[in-house]
Amino acid sequence: MIPVMEREVLLRAEGLYRWYGERCAVADLSLELARGEVLGLLGPNGAGKTTTLHMLTGNLAPGAGRVTVAGHDLLDDPRAAKAAIGYLPEQPPLYRELTVGEYLRYCARLNRIPRAEVPAAVRRAMARCGLEGMERRLIGNLSKGYQQRVGIAQAIIHNPAVVVLDEPTVGLDPIQIREIRELVRELGREHAVILSTHILPEVQMVCSRVEIIHQGRIVWSAALDELERELAADALVVGLGHPPAPEALAAVPGVTAVEPLGAGRFRLRHAPGASPAEAVAEAAVRGGWGLVELTPERRTLEQVFVELTTGEAAQEKEAA
Amino acid sequence: MVWVIAGRELKSLFLSPLAWTVLGVVMLILAYLFLAQLDTYMEFAAQLALLESAPGVTDIVVAPVIGDAAVVLLLASPLVTMRLVAEERRARTLPLLYSAPVSMTEIVLGKYLGVMGFMLVLVGLIALMPLSLLLGGGLDFGKLAAGLLGLTLVLGAFAAAGLFMSSLTAQPVVAAVATFGLLLLVWIVDWAGAAREGLGDALARLSLLRHYENLVKGIVSTADLAYYLLFIALFLGLAVRRLDAERMGG
Repeated sequence: MIPVMEREVLLRAEGLYRWYGERCAVADLSLELARGEVLGLLGPNGAGKTTTLHMLTGNLAPGAGRVTVAGHDLLDDPRAAKAAIGYLPEQPPLYRELTVGEYLRYCARLNRIPRAEVPAAVRRAMARCGLEGMERRLIGNLSKGYQQRVGIAQAIIHNPAVVVLDEPTVGLDPIQIREIRELVRELGREHAVILSTHILPEVQMVCSRVEIIHQGRIVWSAALDELERELAADALVVGLGHPPAPEALAAVPGVTAVEPLGAGRFRLRHAPGASPAEAVAEAAVRGGWGLVELTPERRTLEQVFVELTTGEAAQEKEAA
Repeated sequence: MVWVIAGRELKSLFLSPLAWTVLGVVMLILAYLFLAQLDTYMEFAAQLALLESAPGVTDIVVAPVIGDAAVVLLLASPLVTMRLVAEERRARTLPLLYSAPVSMTEIVLGKYLGVMGFMLVLVGLIALMPLSLLLGGGLDFGKLAAGLLGLTLVLGAFAAAGLFMSSLTAQPVVAAVATFGLLLLVWIVDWAGAAREGLGDALARLSLLRHYENLVKGIVSTADLAYYLLFIALFLGLAVRRLDAERMGG
C-alpha cells in the first residue's frame, strides 16, 4: 500500500454531469486516480462508462464539473492536459491505409514528441505492445488482436501520466487477453490507468481499485484489498451423510444461522472472518454425521455487481 | 502541428484510388479541351496575324482552358473533400485527434492544407499544358499567372466549402452531394435578378464565377482576392464551430 503522503494524484474529476437532451447520462461523478493505480470502471451496458471516459479525455465537454490531469485543467489548459493523457477508445482509432510504423510516427508527432525522438518513442511503444517486426505491415491487414495492440501503442507512445483504456480486451482470444492484461498491470506500475470493462474477473485480476457505475452514478467504490474483505466468506456449505436436526447444527459455536439446502446439505452463516469450519468438523465427527463436504462460500464481485445494478433498477421502476 | 495533420491527410488521399482517378479523369478532359482549343487557334492563326493588336495564344487557348478547368473541378472537388471529416467520423478515428494536444483550429487548418496540397498538384499539372506551348512560341506570363492564381483561389474556396460540408455528416457521399449543390448554387447565383438593377448587381458580387472571370482575363483586383479569402475564412470558421459544437452537444 502506498503511503498517503506519497500519493501523487494524476487525474481528478469533480462533479461531472452530462445530459443528452433530456436524458442524464452521467450525474455528479467524481473520481481520483494516483500514480501506480489501476482503476477499474465497471458497469452494465449503457451505464455511462464511455461517456465518462470521453469527458475525461476531452472528447466531450462535461455539462458541469471539472477535470484536472496532472495538475492542468482540461478546459482552461487543454494542450498541457491532453499531452498527459493517452486514450484508447472502444474502437481503436486506426487509419487502415497506413502501415503500423507510419501510423505510430503520426501519433507521436501529433502528441508533440520532437522529431528527433520519434523513432525511439515508436520503437519503445512497439516493444511494449509486442509489435516487433510489424512496422511495415498495413494496419487494415492485421488481426483484431494486433489492431488492439496498435491502439494501445498509440495511447502510450508519448509516455502519458494517465492511460485511459475503454474495454481493451473485447473481441480478443484468451491468449491475447492474458497478454493485454499483463501489459495493463505493467502500465499501472509507472502510470495511472483507467480501464472500463464489464468483464468482472478482469477487474479482480488487474485493478487496484474498483468503481461500479450504474445509471451515470458511482454506486460502489472500493480498493481491491477492501474488496477482498468485503467479499470475505460469511457462509459454509456442509454436506452430511447422516444429517442431524438443524438445531444441532445451529448449536455449533460460531454458527449464526442454518439454511437447509436439501439432500443433507446446509448453508451455515457465520460472522465474516470467523469461520467455524473446525468446530463444525469436530461436531460432525463426534455426532457421527458423516461429513462429506465442507466448503467456505464467498460472495463474488458478480453478486455485488448484480445486487447494486439490479436493485437500483427495481427502485427506479417503483419510483417511475 | 498543422503540417503533421496536413501531411497525413495528403498521404491518405494519395493512398486511395479515388484521388488518382479524379486526377486522371480531370487531366484527360482538360487535355481534350486544350487540344480542341489549340486546333481552333491553328485554323485562324493566319487570319489573326493580319489583325492589328490581335488576341494572342494566351487569350485564345490558355484562358478558356483555365476557365473550363474550374467548371470541371466544380464537379470533381466535392469527391476529393467529402472524406475529410465524414470518413473519420464514420471510422471513429476522430477521438485520436480530439484527445491529442491540438486545438480544433489546428485540426481544421491541417485538414484544409492537406487537401489544398492535392489541389496545388492539380494546378501544377494543369499549368504544364499551357507551358508546353513554349516549345513552339511565346506566352503572356502575366495573364497565365493571373489565371493560375484564380484557379488556385477557386479551388481553395471549393475545398473550404467541402471541408465544412464534410464536418456536418458521417456519410461522405452526403457531404459530396451537399458540397456540389452549394458550389453550383454560388456559381450560378447571378442568373437570377439579372433584369432588376440593384439585385442583379448584388447577386453578381456573390457569384464565384464572376470573380473568377476577371482573374482568367488577367485582371487581378483586390476585390476578387478579398472575396475568395473571405469565402475560405468563412467556411473554415464554420467548420471549427461545427466540430466544437459537436463536442459540446453530442
